Amino acid sequence: MFLETILKFEVPIKIGVMLGGVMTAAAYFVLLERRMAAWIQDRVGPNRVGIPLTKIRLFGLGQPLADGLKFIMKEEFTPSHVDKQMFRLAPIVILTAALAVFAVIPFGSVIPSLVDGEPIELVVAPGIDVGLIYIFALSSIAVYGVILGGWASNNKYSFLGGLRSSAQLIAYELPLGLGILGVVAATGSLNLQQIIQHQANSGLWFAFAQPLGFVVFVTAAFAESARLPFDLPECEQELIGGYHTEYSGMKLLLFLIAEFLHLVTAAFLIVMLFLGGWHFWLITGSDNDIGWFTALIRVTVLCVKIFFVVAFFMLVRWSWPRFRFDQLMSLAWKVMLPLGIFNFMAVAFIDQIGRLFIVPLFSDEAFGEIAASWMMVVPSALVFVAALFVVAKMHPHVADNRPHRSFSPGIDSQL
Amino acid sequence: MQQDDPCIKWVEEPKLGTAGMMYLPMFIQGLTTTFRHMKKSLSGGAVTVSYPEEEPQIDNPLIYRGVHRLNKDDQGRVKCVACFLCATACPAHCIDIVGVESSWDDREKYPESFSIDELRCIYCGMCEEACPVDAIELTSLYNLTGRSREEMIFDKEKLLSVFDATHEAEPMKSKELGGTV
Repeated sequence: MFLETILKFEVPIKIGVMLGGVMTAAAYFVLLERRMAAWIQDRVGPNRVGIPLTKIRLFGLGQPLADGLKFIMKEEFTPSHVDKQMFRLAPIVILTAALAVFAVIPFGSVIPSLVDGEPIELVVAPGIDVGLIYIFALSSIAVYGVILGGWASNNKYSFLGGLRSSAQLIAYELPLGLGILGVVAATGSLNLQQIIQHQANSGLWFAFAQPLGFVVFVTAAFAESARLPFDLPECEQELIGGYHTEYSGMKLLLFLIAEFLHLVTAAFLIVMLFLGGWHFWLITGSDNDIGWFTALIRVTVLCVKIFFVVAFFMLVRWSWPRFRFDQLMSLAWKVMLPLGIFNFMAVAFIDQIGRLFIVPLFSDEAFGEIAASWMMVVPSALVFVAALFVVAKMHPHVADNRPHRSFSPGIDSQL
Repeated sequence: MQQDDPCIKWVEEPKLGTAGMMYLPMFIQGLTTTFRHMKKSLSGGAVTVSYPEEEPQIDNPLIYRGVHRLNKDDQGRVKCVACFLCATACPAHCIDIVGVESSWDDREKYPESFSIDELRCIYCGMCEEACPVDAIELTSLYNLTGRSREEMIFDKEKLLSVFDATHEAEPMKSKELGGTV
């Protein structure tokens, strides 16, 4: 009886778990980011705030609470020169879009059924076959939040940030789409659970099967979540924060949370599309008929993978300087876009070769397909290295228009 | 501006090699650098210290510029001869001296009162350099706090007590540095 009541509230419970988990994760990722920044810069980082009203420190794990409290207690100032309605709408749009994405993102595999035979899938909206399209549509809406914020602020720096953001996000949406195109072509599905299932069945993650697509996708994901080295919409040094310069208090908090949610979304997508989702060799199995223990292990594996991807994002932040805007654009249009198209062609080609020549060698067709995909790892890696090499030799991203000694004499009059 | 102007130095950027043009090898190189730093900090190699629990190491007290002290000579008298050179040299005008005629026969004057406004002081060390008898020195005491502005104006007694507190650990700089006295 009790279990049936629970089952009736299955979706609200899932939404609660997902939102609670993701928001808490975002808060703690902020702490992780600050501490990792400190470590990389040979500092200690925030380690004081522990349990409130006691002297227990807990390695600074109370910091997110204090940060949140600080934002709530701060004065929320709306400048008089802003477009008030748009100004209020922007953070709502961006946060709503960032949160709604998690409806189709699985946070585990399945858990055993509580009442009848059906195992419960760990995703808020199970069985959405256009999950990836849904994610892309909503993350495009998030760009509107950024542009809206920049425009409504009525401030040239914010506006520049919004403009940069729109140009950048449109430019990088193409390689992002082309990166997943290879995965979708290989799986034959846009459903994230089926994409994970496909990788679990073959035991071959797409990062190994399509390394070129992986690199293109990860690069574009960095740009989509506006992380360094692609954080031009909000570069502090040039734009004083970009589109959220004029925001303060809770509205700023909403922007910052949304930004971290984009990071978490990107990490989820990278893990699920290219790093096997909840799958890990030997310990998770691949079929859906599992007990509580395996279900728990799968959730843990997924969380650990996401943690490492997020940590990688943060490590990259302090490793590389920001791109100049023309470099960013030329990287998107002259490098990433051709590489994405090339990746898709290579995936289709390799897949067909495997289907035509390797699968018939085996009597069991399903096994033959798995064997074919494993055998195609080496040619895929070769394709990856070759593509990078060609890019290096053609150096399409060089656009140097600064004065040189060899310039024509006509430049004298300008100098 | 002529292109062949000898005052102009044309600098050519170094050309990127194949690894640089391929992005990823250089990217991994950068990652290893940051990773090395992270490993260093995580294994206790951070250069910052958790201050109240952990005292920072002052490498060389001889060149550290902390709280002032007024040195005493062998007979326990204040070394200062009230020549006003430190007050003149002070860019922050934080030194206030009242000199009177001394009863000792080795000097004409001595300070009746000598006060330094530690809040106004910029800890530049000019007073220490100006002093002809090495009477005023900067110690390596760095954690100077007080509850009021008045409290932070150090008078002669206070400055001499700083000498009493620190002269064991930090002998007079003049001796170490081969000074005048």
